[in-house]
Amino acid sequence: MKTAVVKTAMKVKRSRGERIFAVFNYILLTILAFVCLYPVWHVLMASFSDGNMLARHRGLLFWPEGFSLEAYARTAQNPSIMTGYLNTLFILVIGTFLDVVMTSMGAYFLSRERVMFKKPIMLMITFTMFFGGGMIPFYLTLKDLHLTGTLWGLIFPFLINTHNLIILRSSFQGIPASLIDAAQIDGASHLKILFMVVLPLSKAILAVMVLYYGVGIWNSWFWATAILRKHEMYPLQVVLREILSTNAASMSTDSGGDSFSVGMTIRYATVVVSTFPILCIYPFLQKYFTKGTMVGAVKE
Amino acid sequence: MKGQKRSFWARARKDWIRNRSLYFLMLPPILFYILFHYKPMYGVIIAFKDYSPTVGIAKSPWVGLEHFKRFFSSVYFGRLVRNTFLLNVYNLLFGFPAPIILALLLNEVRSRRFKNAVQTITYMPHFISLVVITGIVKDFCVSTGIFNDVVALFGGERTNLLMNPGLYRSLYVGSGIWSGIGWGSIIYLAALAGVDSQLYEAASIDGAGKWKQLIHVTLPSISPTIITMLILRIGQLMSLGYEKTLLLYNSAVYETADIISTYTYRMGLGNQEWSYSAAVGLFNSAINIVLLLAANRISRKYTETSLW
Repeated sequence: MKTAVVKTAMKVKRSRGERIFAVFNYILLTILAFVCLYPVWHVLMASFSDGNMLARHRGLLFWPEGFSLEAYARTAQNPSIMTGYLNTLFILVIGTFLDVVMTSMGAYFLSRERVMFKKPIMLMITFTMFFGGGMIPFYLTLKDLHLTGTLWGLIFPFLINTHNLIILRSSFQGIPASLIDAAQIDGASHLKILFMVVLPLSKAILAVMVLYYGVGIWNSWFWATAILRKHEMYPLQVVLREILSTNAASMSTDSGGDSFSVGMTIRYATVVVSTFPILCIYPFLQKYFTKGTMVGAVKE
Repeated sequence: MKGQKRSFWARARKDWIRNRSLYFLMLPPILFYILFHYKPMYGVIIAFKDYSPTVGIAKSPWVGLEHFKRFFSSVYFGRLVRNTFLLNVYNLLFGFPAPIILALLLNEVRSRRFKNAVQTITYMPHFISLVVITGIVKDFCVSTGIFNDVVALFGGERTNLLMNPGLYRSLYVGSGIWSGIGWGSIIYLAALAGVDSQLYEAASIDGAGKWKQLIHVTLPSISPTIITMLILRIGQLMSLGYEKTLLLYNSAVYETADIISTYTYRMGLGNQEWSYSAAVGLFNSAINIVLLLAANRISRKYTETSLW
């Protein structure tokens, strides 16, 4: 109640200039929100449109041009989207799990005190944040380790993201040392302490890790195109890229045929099918993402 | 000397007894870093060799700086360095302040609901993959696309904007701001939330208006965050963007779009000129690290913030 009183008192005190600024601010932010939202809305509406009517449409698109689900029907018939989804799910589930386990192990080690070789190991890890072999030696390494031509090549080389490792370490450092010492006195090994004591206490930050790694895996495409040769192994983003670029090529000629117009709505439907799962989930997970950024900010 | 050595081994022994199971836990991560970070770093020596996959890295003959000489004298060298530099400088100049400005504007919003709505909406592009973002940009740029509707509205001629080298950088930087502004603002909003409200009260008692409060209270309070982010950003100045460039560019705009890392990609994974492309890549990393060290040094000298 008291805060409300203070708030109104503050409102009264706002000068004319401040009121003008506030109005200006609201308008500006509304425009920004519109600009961020519109392209996504455009894609969604275009995917429900009739191809020929969409091709003739000019200007902003707020509602579907002649409602049609044909694009979705065609998308459902495309087998590479299904295999793309399955491949991505495979990398997503196994990759995220292994990523989080490996990162936890590293972060736990680095969060312990009185460990003799911690400093050189930490140095060895942070050095990789600033210098690396680069794209070509990395590719040759994968080839050398027989990780090309297999989905494991998209999992093993990306197990630990050093940024995430440091975020998780900062979080583990906040766990009272007495808890860990007590478990050690009871004779528990560090492996056991990590999985039975530390991880159960870190559910929120683990959620952040799952989300960071998960979104990264879901959206990645480059190394898949670099190391995979077979179509049936392509993850969703690579399939998507192919669909988007083949139609873009035919679009640059601007031919107005039937295949062109249906092709356009199919592109949009494919984007919707592959993007909307994540767009529907993130608002509910937003507080976790935000939290992770802040934990990271403290240590950097 | 000898006594020191013994005490080192004695300490190591004690450490081993105490922390053995801890080191076992660290073994897989260390293995990961050796295999996927340090092995490629060793692989960089092919930049000074004539690498052939059948012979292997160790046995390939040394050629010294030959690949670097070839790159420096290549007709593309000037264009690549200029494009990489300009694209990244524009990206820094416009892309870096954008999230800070958004955070400052959001910080002035009194309605929690409105603030949350704007935040949620502006975070959204962060969750859209680069493949899709560039796909949307391409769609908006074709001659029947929405950007051309604006051009036509002002009486211009409809053209495919992505075929125009003069517009490429604006499209690259603009779409980058679109996708990164909301997400980038989180860290500054966190910093702003930590500013002591008593400072504002004191300032307003002293008669400072909103603008003066911004200059004398807000910005100094969040400047460590800004500087840290800036240093990190400068350190990546030359390395960012090849994934997006590969998705967005086409041979019609190489003149302004082709950057060192995409050239590395075409020479290496495209033409399989392994040693040459590794040399080009190493040149890029070397510039990165020089920029990072310089930025850190300047920052330490003139402000109190530095990475190490």
